[in-house]
Amino acid sequence: MPEPAFTTHRLTKVYGEGRSAVHALRGVDLEIPGGEIVVLLGPSGSGKSTLLNIIGGLDRATDGSAHFRDRNLSQMTDSQLTRYRRDHVGFVFQFYNLMPSLTAHENVELVTEIARDPMDPEEALALVGLRERVDHFPAQLSGGEQQRVAIARAIAKQPDVLFCDEPTGALDSQTGRAVLEVIRDVNETLGSTVLMVTHAANTAQMADRVIHFADGALREVVVNDTKLSPAEIDW
Amino acid sequence: MSPLDHKLLRDLWRMKGQAAAIGLVIAMGVMMLVMMTGLVASLSETRHAYYDRYRLADVFAPVSRAPDRMIAELAGIDGVSAVEGRVTGQALIDVPGEDLPVQARAISLPDRGRPALNDIFLTDGRLPETGRTDEIVLLNSFARAHELAPGDMLRATMNGQRRSFQIVGLAQSPEFLYTTAPGELVPDDARFGVIWTSRSGLAAAYDMEGAFNEALIALTRGANENAVLSAADRMLDPYGGAGAYGLADQASNRFVAEEITQMDAASRVVPPIFLAVAAFLLYIVILRMVQAEREEIGLVKAFGYTNAEVGAHYLKFVLAIAVGGAAAGCLLGIAAGRGLVGLYTTYYKFPFLVFQLDPGSFITGFLVSVLVASAGGLLVLRNVFALTPANAMRPPAPPDYSRSGRRLGGLKTFLDQPSRMVLRRLTRQPGRMAGAIVGIACGMALSVSMLTLFAGFERTMDQTFSVVDRSDVMVTFTHPLSAKTLFELQRIPGVERAEPVRNVSVVLRNGLRSHRGALTGLPSTPDLNRALDADMEPLVLPAEGIVLSVPLARTLGIEAGDMLAVDVREGRQPLLQIRVASIAHTLLGSPAYMQLDALNRALREPGRVSGAYLTIDEALQSDIYRTLQDMPTVAGVSVKSDARAAFEAIINSGAGATRFVYGAIAFIITFGIIYNAARIAFAERTRDLASLRVIGFTKAEAAFVLLGELAVVTLLALPLGALMGYYLSFGIAAGFSTEFYQVPADFDPGSYGMAIMVVLGAALISGLIVKRDLDRADLVSALKTRE
Ligand SMILES: Nc1ncnc2c1ncn2[C@@H]1O[C@H](COP(=O)(O)OP(=O)(O)OP(=O)(O)O)[C@@H](O)[C@H]1O
Ligand SMILES: [Mg+2]
Repeated sequence: MPEPAFTTHRLTKVYGEGRSAVHALRGVDLEIPGGEIVVLLGPSGSGKSTLLNIIGGLDRATDGSAHFRDRNLSQMTDSQLTRYRRDHVGFVFQFYNLMPSLTAHENVELVTEIARDPMDPEEALALVGLRERVDHFPAQLSGGEQQRVAIARAIAKQPDVLFCDEPTGALDSQTGRAVLEVIRDVNETLGSTVLMVTHAANTAQMADRVIHFADGALREVVVNDTKLSPAEIDW
Repeated sequence: MSPLDHKLLRDLWRMKGQAAAIGLVIAMGVMMLVMMTGLVASLSETRHAYYDRYRLADVFAPVSRAPDRMIAELAGIDGVSAVEGRVTGQALIDVPGEDLPVQARAISLPDRGRPALNDIFLTDGRLPETGRTDEIVLLNSFARAHELAPGDMLRATMNGQRRSFQIVGLAQSPEFLYTTAPGELVPDDARFGVIWTSRSGLAAAYDMEGAFNEALIALTRGANENAVLSAADRMLDPYGGAGAYGLADQASNRFVAEEITQMDAASRVVPPIFLAVAAFLLYIVILRMVQAEREEIGLVKAFGYTNAEVGAHYLKFVLAIAVGGAAAGCLLGIAAGRGLVGLYTTYYKFPFLVFQLDPGSFITGFLVSVLVASAGGLLVLRNVFALTPANAMRPPAPPDYSRSGRRLGGLKTFLDQPSRMVLRRLTRQPGRMAGAIVGIACGMALSVSMLTLFAGFERTMDQTFSVVDRSDVMVTFTHPLSAKTLFELQRIPGVERAEPVRNVSVVLRNGLRSHRGALTGLPSTPDLNRALDADMEPLVLPAEGIVLSVPLARTLGIEAGDMLAVDVREGRQPLLQIRVASIAHTLLGSPAYMQLDALNRALREPGRVSGAYLTIDEALQSDIYRTLQDMPTVAGVSVKSDARAAFEAIINSGAGATRFVYGAIAFIITFGIIYNAARIAFAERTRDLASLRVIGFTKAEAAFVLLGELAVVTLLALPLGALMGYYLSFGIAAGFSTEFYQVPADFDPGSYGMAIMVVLGAALISGLIVKRDLDRADLVSALKTRE
């Protein structure tokens, strides 16, 4: 088994306090090998986004620890976390989160500006099939198109780890497949570790490893020996 | 250009209405600062340059009759650089078409060449020819007030003789920017003339051959003025010296200086207040604007932008608005200041203008705007930075309405859904609402205080001329006369009542502080010209002692009970010590009162009066004037309606007139504040309102939710603003009060009513503009983009 990209130990996240406290993560022990595509499955509200946020350096755990390679994320200062996100992490957010006042091109540029070895924003947009729409603002794009801009933005920096929170949620099967191809290409050509949340169970067929999540805890981790390419997945 | 800079420009463009409103408010604050400090700097600079160029004397030494050789002796005093002796005298001018002769002063010009000191600036015509004793130059402002021009003849009485002169020229003089007839309070171009004519002619008229009766003295730099004054007094004493005095006590200069001081004081009080209000508004708006950008901040942070990078972006954003506003304010301030200085230069009869800006005002304007904007920005950013990106990106949790829902439960039956939405938002986001309320209250406070100031000016005028002075006419005698003269006046047909007054010209001294002016003796319970305090209560004039007005007591640094040295400047010129009985608030001038009998006792001149206040039968007015004019002991007659008009002119076009400029700016700022509040509410609710429309609410209902909020906020701001304005008006009124007149800041319901109208009007207009935008808003794009 390759060197783990992420290891978590009793990772816990509690939102709020007292009676209204929500236990989003209840002591998650997890190991994600580097260079793999890992799919996270689980019902709504089970804590998938929360986990992504914490190991992506966007949020802090309430308890337990999370390591990226040999570095303890839980002990990093804010500026170290910023550095970590800037240098290693690509994000596709569940709600796209595009800047409304920037064009598609500029939204991608926002990330490539500060990345160490980025692609050309045009190229990244072309990869998701939006070559023609680079100068459009988010308000002029459909939901799926916005989602693809978000994906272009995440892969354009050629990140070490790519977090995708339901990257195909708003896409039809054909576009969805194209987007998954792009993600797999990034994984194959750059060796990026990919962690992908999805509700479409069949997407799991392209993963090296599938993590089943429920109620803030790991249910089951399945290693997929019959990895398919996105084109082969049955929708 | 980096994508963040793109975002910056687009955000600015998107929020242009709001950015412009804030920029405008800042611009107005800075403009006012630049304009007013520039005005003060320019006017004092121009005045100095004018005095300098026309060699205005530093010391004036009136004397009964001193031989010309004394000039050389005066020139020998240590610290004196030049001396000019001249002949001056009282004159009465017959102005064609006027019932009353006008008091004037005749002043000699050297027979050859220009005067060494107190030169005149010839605006029309020429100087009298050598040897022509019938040619005169007339003070320009007086000539204009009576439509006299070179070529016209002028009849005047000098030293009891009627003579005819030809006007050959008109002149301005730094010595007579303002002219006040003896015994009158208010300068009036029309009521006092100045005649310049050749020395030989005037010497003959006033019996001054080989002599002078006024020495003008210029000092060397750094000379000790007090020492020169005493030396001159000593030298001139044997010739009837009436006491030398410095430029600071010269009537015209004193008035101009007071005007400039008033502008200076107002410019130190009012613009900073306006700027502070603008700054506060900027602060609130920046706070809310950056708050609204929470998600974006979280997002760029998620990508790995550092706090410094994100902070820099937002600082650029707020600085663009602040610096833009401040820069516009500076430019506007320069332009408006130039115009205003031009107006005032003409008004003060300066023959030229030295435009000057106060660089400090630019720096202050910029610094205040930039610091406040940055502080506002940084404060919110600090909160946002404290959030993890995951938290910041989560759209701010919808405010928890559950509690208010319960609290409002009882109201549910009375209120429809939109009204409840308005109420809930107000109760659930108290911080934001408080900001909006305080902002609008600031606008209300500005309006209230400016309108109170306007009312204060009206009140000063009204009270002075209808409550304080209830006479119709004031008669001044050539010298103090027996009180019996009063009966003579009373016998004139048409004169209803006559009340004595004795004005004594004095120098009041307390240690090193002194004030040159008049001590007024009044009957113990005067009825026509009353001594009233600021509350319109008659002053109690004690049987002994002086009652001083507040500004005078302040100038002299003296308190009730202290002894005041009274250096009498007429008659035997005794030096008296009189106790200060009390200090009173008065509205006009800086009077010093005494009971007439007590004053005469102190002077050892029982039963003397120097003038009288009369009430007359208007029908017999011309006859009365004619009779008075023929009385040899009457030096001047002043009609109250003229005095009132002159006073009105002074406070409506002099330094007091800057209140209109301040007022206009206050209203613009008020509008800017309210418009801005409406815009913010609109920006924050675009999406909610679009959702309402989508689920079937009508445009009117959606507008109600938005405008209802604005209306409630405005209504809540009114009482708070009224209270703030109440306190603010004292500061502002104090800034406008001078030695010459005081402006009260009394509660005036009318001003508050007006201010309410101003604020409501601004709210209505803002509401209509925003409603128009709301009606035009594209539902789909409003829902798609969050703002
Ligand atoms: N900021 C927060 N405050 C309180 N509770 C939160 C917060 N964020 C998430 N939660 C709760 O934590 C739990 C896990 O949320 P999370 O977003 O991780 O779920 P998820 O698995 O991504 O669900 P979905 O598939 O619907 O996106 C949920 O019950 C959610 O309500
Ligand atoms: Mg989720």
